[in-house]
Amino acid sequence: MAKLLMKGNEAIAEAAIRAGCRYFFGYPITPQNQIPEYMSKRMPQVGGTFLQAESEVAAINMVYGAAGAGARVMTSSSGPGISLKQEGITYIVGAELPCVIVNIMRGGPGLGSIQPSQSDYFQATRGGGHGDYNMPVLAPASVAEAAELTAKAFDLADKYRTPVLVLGDGMIGQMMEPVDMPEAFPQTVPEKPWATVGWSDKSARPRAVVNSLYIDPKVLEQHNIRLQEKYVKIAAEQVQVATELTDDAEIVLVAYGTMSRIARSAVRAARAEGIKVGLIRPITLWPFPSDTIRQAAKTAERFLVIEMSAGQMIEDVKLALNGARPVGFYGRMGGMVPSVDEVLSEIRKTARKGE
Amino acid sequence: MAVVFEKTKALTDATLSYCPGCTHGIIHRLVAESIDELGVMEKSIGVAPVGCAVFAYDFFNIDMQQAAHGRAPAVATGIKRVHPNNVVFTYQGDGDLASIGMAEIVHAAARGEKITTIFVNNAIYGMTGGQMAPTTLVGQVTTTSPYGRNPELCGMPVRMAEMLGGLAGAAYVARVSVHNVRAVNEAKRAIKKAFELQIAGKGFTMVEVLSTCPTNWGMNPVEALGWVESNMIPYYPLGVFKDVSKDAVLASKDVSAKEAN
Repeated sequence: MAKLLMKGNEAIAEAAIRAGCRYFFGYPITPQNQIPEYMSKRMPQVGGTFLQAESEVAAINMVYGAAGAGARVMTSSSGPGISLKQEGITYIVGAELPCVIVNIMRGGPGLGSIQPSQSDYFQATRGGGHGDYNMPVLAPASVAEAAELTAKAFDLADKYRTPVLVLGDGMIGQMMEPVDMPEAFPQTVPEKPWATVGWSDKSARPRAVVNSLYIDPKVLEQHNIRLQEKYVKIAAEQVQVATELTDDAEIVLVAYGTMSRIARSAVRAARAEGIKVGLIRPITLWPFPSDTIRQAAKTAERFLVIEMSAGQMIEDVKLALNGARPVGFYGRMGGMVPSVDEVLSEIRKTARKGE
Repeated sequence: MAVVFEKTKALTDATLSYCPGCTHGIIHRLVAESIDELGVMEKSIGVAPVGCAVFAYDFFNIDMQQAAHGRAPAVATGIKRVHPNNVVFTYQGDGDLASIGMAEIVHAAARGEKITTIFVNNAIYGMTGGQMAPTTLVGQVTTTSPYGRNPELCGMPVRMAEMLGGLAGAAYVARVSVHNVRAVNEAKRAIKKAFELQIAGKGFTMVEVLSTCPTNWGMNPVEALGWVESNMIPYYPLGVFKDVSKDAVLASKDVSAKEAN
C-alpha cells in the first residue's frame, strides 16, 4: 500500500475511482474544484466517464440517470451547488437509487464565502429536499478518513439503495496529508435487477421502471413506510463514532470534521490543566451517535458542542440527552475557524460552571 | 385467418391516461412502431417527463426512467453514458422542455448527446390544467393568460426546432404534426429517422410534434385538429431544420464539384 501525499479533494476523487466509481458528473464551485479536475484527468485513464454538466441541477439528474442504469456514480459540490442539487437528491431518494454526493462546505447563506464552514449540517442531516427522508452522512476529519469514507459511501449506497453524503469542509478539501491508498477498496456490489439496461419479454426480470411517482396516496404511504423502515435499519446498523478520554470525563465536547481536531487539541491542553474533559466525534452525522452521547452522560455533568456554525449539531446532542444534562455551545460562522485557545477558554468556562 | 394488423410490441396493454381526442396516443404509437421496426426494443430505454406523459413508463413496453420536471435530457445523458450502445430517448412536453428544462435540452443538443427527444408541443400546460406555456400562441387564452397571451408581457412563443437545429451538436431536428393521415405518415418517417441517426451515432436528434389539447383548448377533437392546421402550423412551420445525413451528401457533392474544377 503506497503512502501518498494528497489534498483532501484529490483523495476523495482517487478513493472513489478505487471503489469502482466510473461515472462523475459535476460543475465547478470552490472549494471542491480539485474533485472534478482530478476526475477529468483520471476517469479517461480507467475507462470511466467525466462530464462537466451545464449546471448542478443537470449534474445530479445525470447521476440519477446513471445510477438508474446500474452504475457506481458520484457528484460533488459545495453549499450553493448542493442547494441546487436538492431537487435531484429527493428524486434519487424516492426512486431508491444508490449514489455518492460530496459536499465540501463553505460559509453561507447565499453566495457566502469560500472559506471552510459547517453550516450545511441541517441541510445534510434533515434530508435537504422535499419529502420525508434521511440519508447517511459521513463526516471525515482527515484526508485519509475522507478517502476511506468516500469508498465506504459507495458500499452503503448500494447496500441500502440510497444516496450517501460525504460532508467535508473547505479545510478537509484543501489541506494535504499522507494517505494510505489501497490499489482497490473492497467493494460489495449487489445485483441490480431494477436497473434500466434494456429489457425484453423474454427477460427473467420484470420491466425496470425507475420512478418516484406514486399517484395513489395509499401506495405512496406504503412506499414511505418502507423508506422509514430502511432508515430505522440504517440507524441500527451504521452509526460510526470516535471517543477520546470520555471514560472519566466530567465535561464532554462534541465536534465533527475539522472542528473535532481543534477540539481534540483543546481537550489535551485542558487535561494538562487537570480538567477532566473528553471528546465525542460523530463520524456518521446521520445516523447520529445518540447512544454514545447518552452513555457519556453517565459520568459527564456537562456537554459542550463546538461547530463552525451558529449551532446546528447541538440540536442532535440535546435530542439525545433529552434535557438530562446542560449543553453549552461555542461556534464561529462565515468561514471563521475557532482556534484551540478559544475552545480551551470555553472548556475552562464550562469547568467553572461545574464548581 | 390472415393477420392484417398487429399492435406494436413496444407498447404495453395499459389503457392510456390521455383525454379523448388528445394526440399523445398517436405519437406514442409512432415512437413504439419505430422502435419495433428498427428491432431495438430490447435495447431501448425511455425517459418519461413531468406533464401529461408522466405515465409514459406504464405505456412503453421497455425499461423506463421517470425524470424530474425538465430534466429528462440530463437523465438520458446519464443513461446513455453508462450504456452507449443502447437506444435512449426522452418524451417531453412543451412546458417540460421549453420552459423549466430549457437548459437541459439546449446543452444535451450542444454536447451532441446521442439521444432522441420526442418533443410534444401543444402550446399549453395540459396536466396542470391549461396554463400558458412558452409555446402558447399570441392571443391564446389559457388559465394564466385569461386576456390572451400578450407579447408585451410574455414575449413571443419559442420555436424550439429552429433554435436547436442551429446547434452544431444536433444531427437531426424536424418539426412534424399529426393532424391528418398524411402528417401522421410524415411524422412516423421523421421519428424513425431520428432513431436511425441515433443508432448510427450521429449526435443529438429531436422531433417536435405539434399536438392537440382539446380539453384545455376548449374544443372538440375535430376542432382541435383544425386549430393545429390553421393556427399552430403558420407559426410553427413543419420541416427539417437540421439533417446531418443530408449535409453529408451535400458536403460530398461540394468536394466532387471542387475536384471537377
